[in-house]
Amino acid sequence: MKKLLAAVVLAIALPAQAATLRWAAQNDILTFDPHSQNHATTLAMLMHVYEGLTRYGKKYEIEPALATSWKQLSPTQWRFNLRRNVKFHDGTPFTADDVIFSFGRIQQPQGTLQVYVAGVNEIRKVDDHTVDFILAGPDPVLLRKIIDFRIMSKAWAEKNRAQNVQDAKAKDETYASRNANGTGAYILKGWEPDKRLVFAANPAWWDKNEGNVTDVIYTPIKSDATRVSALLAGDVDLVTDLPTQDVARLKQNPSLRMLEGHEVRTIFIGLDQHNNELQYSDVKGKNPFKDVRVRRALNLAVDRDAIKRVTMRGLSIPAAIMVAPGVHGHTTELDKVSGADPAAARKLIAEAGYPNGFEFTLDCPNNRYVNDEEICQALVGMWAKAGLRVKLNAIPFSTHIPKILKHDTSAYMLGWGVATFDSLYSLQSLVRTKTTGADGSFNCGRMSDAKLDALIDAMKTEMDVKKRDAMIREALTRVRDEAFYVPLHHQLRPWAMKKNVTTLHRADDRPEARFARVD
Amino acid sequence: MRASIRRLWQHDLAWSLRRSPVTVIAAALTLLCIGGALFAPWIAPQNPFDPASLNLNEAFHRPGDAGYPLGSDDQGRDLFSTILYGARISLGVGLAAVLLALVLGVSLGLVSGYVGGRLDAFIMRVADVQLSFPAILIALLVDGVARVSLPSNMAGSVAIPVLIFSIGISGWVQYARTVRGLTLVEREKEYVQAARVIGRRPLAIMLAHVLPNVMGSVLVIATIHIATAIITEATLSFLGVGVPPTQPSLGTLIRVGNDFLFSGEWWITLFPGCALVILVLSINLLGDWLRDALNPKLR
Repeated sequence: MKKLLAAVVLAIALPAQAATLRWAAQNDILTFDPHSQNHATTLAMLMHVYEGLTRYGKKYEIEPALATSWKQLSPTQWRFNLRRNVKFHDGTPFTADDVIFSFGRIQQPQGTLQVYVAGVNEIRKVDDHTVDFILAGPDPVLLRKIIDFRIMSKAWAEKNRAQNVQDAKAKDETYASRNANGTGAYILKGWEPDKRLVFAANPAWWDKNEGNVTDVIYTPIKSDATRVSALLAGDVDLVTDLPTQDVARLKQNPSLRMLEGHEVRTIFIGLDQHNNELQYSDVKGKNPFKDVRVRRALNLAVDRDAIKRVTMRGLSIPAAIMVAPGVHGHTTELDKVSGADPAAARKLIAEAGYPNGFEFTLDCPNNRYVNDEEICQALVGMWAKAGLRVKLNAIPFSTHIPKILKHDTSAYMLGWGVATFDSLYSLQSLVRTKTTGADGSFNCGRMSDAKLDALIDAMKTEMDVKKRDAMIREALTRVRDEAFYVPLHHQLRPWAMKKNVTTLHRADDRPEARFARVD
Repeated sequence: MRASIRRLWQHDLAWSLRRSPVTVIAAALTLLCIGGALFAPWIAPQNPFDPASLNLNEAFHRPGDAGYPLGSDDQGRDLFSTILYGARISLGVGLAAVLLALVLGVSLGLVSGYVGGRLDAFIMRVADVQLSFPAILIALLVDGVARVSLPSNMAGSVAIPVLIFSIGISGWVQYARTVRGLTLVEREKEYVQAARVIGRRPLAIMLAHVLPNVMGSVLVIATIHIATAIITEATLSFLGVGVPPTQPSLGTLIRVGNDFLFSGEWWITLFPGCALVILVLSINLLGDWLRDALNPKLR
């Protein structure tokens, strides 16, 4: 009897001991440097290893992470009490110095994550476990913003000469690009680019792991068909970007579980509105995209419903504005899409002085967003009906992103996910005139509008929710009506997993292994 | 006129062709493919390379739907038209690459065999080195290097020349080796010595006397090489480094269709695949027959 009991206890206890989550998605991360690339997949991996002062709970509410509590001493001074007895993976203790070091590091100009500390002038050390954030002005979204301000060990960075942020544009690499030392729930065991990435649970983590996953193996599988085959064959447990054409069939598979949900990501086309002559076009001496009529025509010619129905198989929400449902500031009334009208678009382009249309190159990633290349191909056809001759340059995302960040483009596709769930994040990164910091950090076409700049700067510090909402509304409307961008749609993102896997769907498209169970 | 037709009919090659029904079918299929590719603009109901003629709302028609005999793909392209235009690209790239390899290989082989000495040793060692790599690897390498060294925005417009160059470069060795061997034999024959004695220059001897005598074998290699080159192009395009998706070749079409296999849209990959098999198989059969027909020992 005793033996039997022991066996039963063992049988119940065993599954909880060790579980491996094999996760696959389309693209690989760009780097392991937590302050280099503002890229959703990269951040999704980084968050397992590096932590910020705050983090999201299950419902995107703010939770204490490396800070245990905070309080506002004045509108522009916040005091954070840091968690005690936290150790980095290499055993060095976490202190205020690491926060200050990371703050200096994230602000280096070659990185692209300054947006997460935008508006913070200085971080002052009060004692080893207390820091003060000194702000340029009041900040209504500070606690959400700093979630992706991740803390790196100062001693470790100095020992390995990784104080400088990796410069992706210069194709530079540092020790921190391939190695990691954070405080998070998982330890980086190894990363072979485009092959696999392995995490192991951190036994000394300060918090309790809600799931039972002790090892995570992430495999980027570019080909849609191969990724789905791997899931069906049981080679992977979780696929977070399903090919749209397979969703209906996978839903009916009894050995799989589907988790449906939307993603706070908007896919759009950006246009060079800075150069006086487009770099990749047959129009000489002027830039047609500076003309609002051309930009409106580009918007008008896109048949968003056809893209949704055919290319996305229903898994998208056609977009008229630059933020997705679920982001503070989005309303269905603003986000109303009008039908396509190629004839009217052709007329507008003729009015703007191009009766025979013109030619330009569209830069497009081919392995980042759901059906990115197919959407671009469809756009080429739709714009051709308005008289525009579009050359498609579809390249891997890792080549695409440095190219457009160098402004070496005339028109490009980009998708923007909103980590803070607030419109300011999108407006500041995409719409605000480009400066050296967070402002306009992904404004790759360098559009610039004084009125929008003023609005965005005002909403950064406006604490009155009503007034701020009105500003967001005005800004989103102006971006839409002046057609500064060509928004296409907001992505829906079902996840598929084996029946024995449970996890939490995340609208920011960042699966967290700490919430996952493999039974 | 009549006499010349009769002479052609009674020629060795024609006789051998008449005797092999498989070859006749292969020849007919090859002609059909070439004809379809050549006259695509007049046969095809749609020009799939013109983005303005595409309509996303017409995507995923099943084979047999009105106006879409073989169905349509994810961009609303009529598959029948797209296969005809794709075969044009596949055949064009294949022929051009073979021509490049042939000119390069034959001239190097002639020079190598006729001149001999250090030059011969050098050319043959280069050939040996290249032979130790699979041709597809060389093509991938050349293609990759060319893509990186050319400005990235030109990728679309230079894709086809780059493809031709990389496939051509990877295939010259077999021509060079064959021609060199034959040249070594021909060089010692009396007619060549006679030409040398009357004072003809080496280049003239190579072109006027040696070349015509080695061309038979070269033609056999070239025929089979066309099939290989088409497959190489299809492989590169299938891997996504070939022609741009807006101007799909057969390989690109198979790649695109591959993504829809699981969701039940089998025709997007099946029909281009069949077209590729028919094209390559019939050219290969023709090449095999030509090799046997030109081999005096088998006559």
